[in-house]
Amino acid sequence: MTQSDLDIVKKTAKLARLELGEAEAAKFGEQFGRILHAFEKLAKLDVANVEPMTGATALSDVVRDDRSKPSLARERVLANAPKQDGEYYDVPKTVGGES
Amino acid sequence: MSGFADYPKLDATSLADAIVSKRTSASAVVEAALARIAALDPRLSAFHTVLGDAARARARSLDEALAKGEPTGRLHGVPFALKSNMCVEGVETNCGSKILAGYRPPYTAPFVQRLLDEGAVLVGMTHMDEFAMGSSGENSAYAAARNPWDLARTPGGSSSGSCAAVAARFVPFSLGSDTGGSVRQPAALAGIVGFKPTYGRITRYGLVAFGSSLDQVSPFTRSSRDMELVMSVISGADEHDSTCLDLAPLEPERSDSVRGLRLGVPKEYFASGLDADVRREVEAAIGKLVELGATTVPIELPHTEYAIPTYYVVATAEASSNLARYDGIRYGPRKPGDGSLQGMIAATREAGFGPEVKRRILLGTYVLSSGYYDAWYVRALKVRRLIRNDFDRAFESVDLVVCPTSPTAAFKIGEKADDPVAMYLSDVMTVPTSLAGLPAVSVPCGFVSLEGKRLPVGLQIIGPSLADARVLRAARVFESATKHQAAIYSLEGAGA
Amino acid sequence: MSPTTSAPAIGVVSKKTGVRWIPVIGLEVHCQLKTETKLFCSCRYEFGASPNTLTCPVCTAQPGALPVLNREALALAVRVAGALGADVAARTKFDRKNYFYCDLPKGYQISQYDQPFCTGGGVTLASGKRVRLVRIHLEEDAGKAIHDRGDMTLVDLNRAGVPLIESVTHADMQTSDEAYEYLTALKEILQYVGASDCDMEKGSLRCDVNVSVHPEGEGWRTKVELKNLNSFKNVKDAIEHEIERQIEAYESGDKSKFPVQETRLYDATTQTTRTMRSKEDAHDYRYFPEPDLVPFHLDPAFVEKQRSMLPELPAARRARYQSQFGLSAYDAGVLTSSRALADFFETTVKLSGNPKESANWIANGVLANLSDPAITAKSVDELPFRAHDLAELIELVANQTIHNNVGRTVLRGMFESGKSPRQIVKEQGLEQVSDEGQLESWCREALVGKDKVIADVKAGKTKAVAALMGPVMKASKGSANPQKVQEILLRIIQTEL
Ligand SMILES: [Mg+2]
Ligand SMILES: [Zn+2]
Repeated sequence: MTQSDLDIVKKTAKLARLELGEAEAAKFGEQFGRILHAFEKLAKLDVANVEPMTGATALSDVVRDDRSKPSLARERVLANAPKQDGEYYDVPKTVGGES
Repeated sequence: MSGFADYPKLDATSLADAIVSKRTSASAVVEAALARIAALDPRLSAFHTVLGDAARARARSLDEALAKGEPTGRLHGVPFALKSNMCVEGVETNCGSKILAGYRPPYTAPFVQRLLDEGAVLVGMTHMDEFAMGSSGENSAYAAARNPWDLARTPGGSSSGSCAAVAARFVPFSLGSDTGGSVRQPAALAGIVGFKPTYGRITRYGLVAFGSSLDQVSPFTRSSRDMELVMSVISGADEHDSTCLDLAPLEPERSDSVRGLRLGVPKEYFASGLDADVRREVEAAIGKLVELGATTVPIELPHTEYAIPTYYVVATAEASSNLARYDGIRYGPRKPGDGSLQGMIAATREAGFGPEVKRRILLGTYVLSSGYYDAWYVRALKVRRLIRNDFDRAFESVDLVVCPTSPTAAFKIGEKADDPVAMYLSDVMTVPTSLAGLPAVSVPCGFVSLEGKRLPVGLQIIGPSLADARVLRAARVFESATKHQAAIYSLEGAGA
Repeated sequence: MSPTTSAPAIGVVSKKTGVRWIPVIGLEVHCQLKTETKLFCSCRYEFGASPNTLTCPVCTAQPGALPVLNREALALAVRVAGALGADVAARTKFDRKNYFYCDLPKGYQISQYDQPFCTGGGVTLASGKRVRLVRIHLEEDAGKAIHDRGDMTLVDLNRAGVPLIESVTHADMQTSDEAYEYLTALKEILQYVGASDCDMEKGSLRCDVNVSVHPEGEGWRTKVELKNLNSFKNVKDAIEHEIERQIEAYESGDKSKFPVQETRLYDATTQTTRTMRSKEDAHDYRYFPEPDLVPFHLDPAFVEKQRSMLPELPAARRARYQSQFGLSAYDAGVLTSSRALADFFETTVKLSGNPKESANWIANGVLANLSDPAITAKSVDELPFRAHDLAELIELVANQTIHNNVGRTVLRGMFESGKSPRQIVKEQGLEQVSDEGQLESWCREALVGKDKVIADVKAGKTKAVAALMGPVMKASKGSANPQKVQEILLRIIQTEL
């Protein structure tokens, strides 16, 4: 494993909200390097004039009517939450929007 | 108490027939299923939840309905199992992950509802590789299901429990999900039928997402006619899934011949890496199809070697995003972390996901991140197109493609657990079809002997887009001309 | 990027250095679309509904749930594009924008990245300056996180999945007033189209601002993003504050204080901004095409149909009210301030045949009542009477059935009871009295003891008679025909006294 594999793993883990320990990060770094190495053959193909295949169907324009259906009862939706107060999902205090 | 004695011998079609013609009852059938599970599953680990009381109650009401002369469904009283990434209201769907421990969905997947509407009886939820990421079932946070042909071996994955449950005759059919081969590969390794339909044939609503552009609900059955039956129930248009094709449910083909079908044999699938014994069985199976009137055509699928990296880039990219919702807010156990919101999210995910899931989230996050997106993700989408083009070109001159489902027979639990690259390569024969979105079935085609154990081999039959019925017809014709299906192993005597 | 007119010198001249600083301002505006259901699921949305009662598996991101696009949201968005003169793309798609936050249930927002449904277009300000749009895209709203109650943050997902259009301008504005005017015009247009309420208080319009400053004649400098702007006035104040802050920072000469690329939060109470995040911790959103949705083709017939459903827009109406009805620019502006008001005005004109009086009665009478806290109705949509009734009132005044002042009383009655003007006049006996005998007796009463007025009139100051009008009108409860009263008073004074 190179230092850069380890750095990539740490940076990526942060983006993905995975709190890896040092040992775990090192292990993943090593595997990461091997996986990416095994995948390098992709880079050798000429794909200059190929249209990316973004989906597995040729479907387009799938829409629904703007007609409402009953929503779920609140208890049912909140039932699975690890912390809720009967009205809201409760999460640790956070200020200042997305981060 | 142990119910209908012939239960393990019959497929779903025969069971429904026996119940509706009152040779037995739904209750006796369900009782037999539950008794068999209770006796043998401790060694198999197919199920994490067995819905004994609910199944019995439902069987009783089906029996009452029949007694009153009410109309019956096509699966009246037939027990079935679901992979644990499928939503049934109120039933734990944990995806083989600690992060969804105890999660009970507030809704039922439409494809499950269609089975229930035809009278099928849900008996339980099965073990699986966590979030369907794996090829052996070992990545489950709960238990690794075993292969009934050799308990030391994997039944394949990721739909390991659903496969084992059918292979062990616990249920005549079950549902798995196939993203890169997660139903076909286990079907081959455990000697049953596994079918991945054309992408979009079955709604994905209620199937917990792994790789959205690849995932398809895919059944396991013991017989090809059951596969046609189950598909005719669960396939078809659904308003909840934008990628579900606006088609009627699949209609099985009436023909029982393969005469005149041109079978493409791709040389790339018979190259090095294919076990010699597996090759022998598959070639014999193709010979059988020729004997039955089909012809073979050598074909090339030149981008096959790029399928594995392409698949792992596309599937992990989608997975990294699909699995972002597991943040400890709306469901699943929460870990406080440093007490902040983002700390809680990171700690929850760290504790909740197993190593393979983390590895794939990392890989997927990496290939989407700024600076790497074009080199990895966009490039993979382009190669995906080339792989699809290979098939399109092949299908200009052939009706079906035949090849092995898996390069080897079932491997031992633990054998590849520490080598992700080796594990990824076990999907090499199924992944290209997934990328192309094509229908493909694995049907038992023979056996190999390993360490004194008879292990099944699967023949993969691939069709062009939407030729699902043709694929299943070929499987049915092959099956009725061979005896592999009837070869019941004896679990009672197998392993210990 | 230069303004289209050679307008008066722009920018801010520093008192300290005499340098003329040119601000560069761009806006990003999110507006909720007025559809019945959310963008990707069939839940309704209603501002102020009880928390977490308008959700389903899709908008709470239950595992296995999938999005399906609301046709009407796309139609409304395309109509907006038409109103703003933007180009609708032939093909559009959705992408995932990935980030973690408690109000974002899926861990990604379904938005549009490289193929928005429309590009270009813009809004023309009163000065003639055009604020150009870069693009408009469709996306889903997040839920709401409440931070100021107790020791937890509370999450309500009712709003999660509500359709938004995000419009991004070029940095074409140079003053806070231009930004304010742009916002007002944009809001007006969206309201006219029926696409959005644009109510900042209810969060149905949200605005982020990009600001930089540079000395005249030099190139653009680092831009700063401002968030948390809760009213148009906040937007204006925040821009002014930020311009000042940046100029001061540059003029300090201390490079460590120079503006950096960052996001700053505005605090309306202190009227200051503070750093929220810097470029270093900027997001890597990892956009990629949403695999759960399919591409969309906006074929020309569909686009044309949406365009044909566009109403006449406010600027066009204002011009027409001036040319066709001879109204002042001011009145035309007042009457077009909302589509409902303008429509009400035009119906009134049609029924009364009297544009000027219709304008007067609406701009003064109706609007004054609407802003009176004692009146229940708060907007034209809530009026307890119809344009037909107002036209009748105008007619009653015009044909002198009632006096103008009585008309105001009648209008008040219409607001209070919803009764027709004729009915109110009849019930309260407000019809103008022209009966000579009755008028004469009121006049004679009013003359008692008014010797000074009488003397003045007799001396030729006929205007002095005005002092007697009040008592007569009072005695008649306003129903006396004032012209006749004046005639009678003069006649009595001049011929009898
Ligand atoms: Mg946005
Ligand atoms: Zn919803």
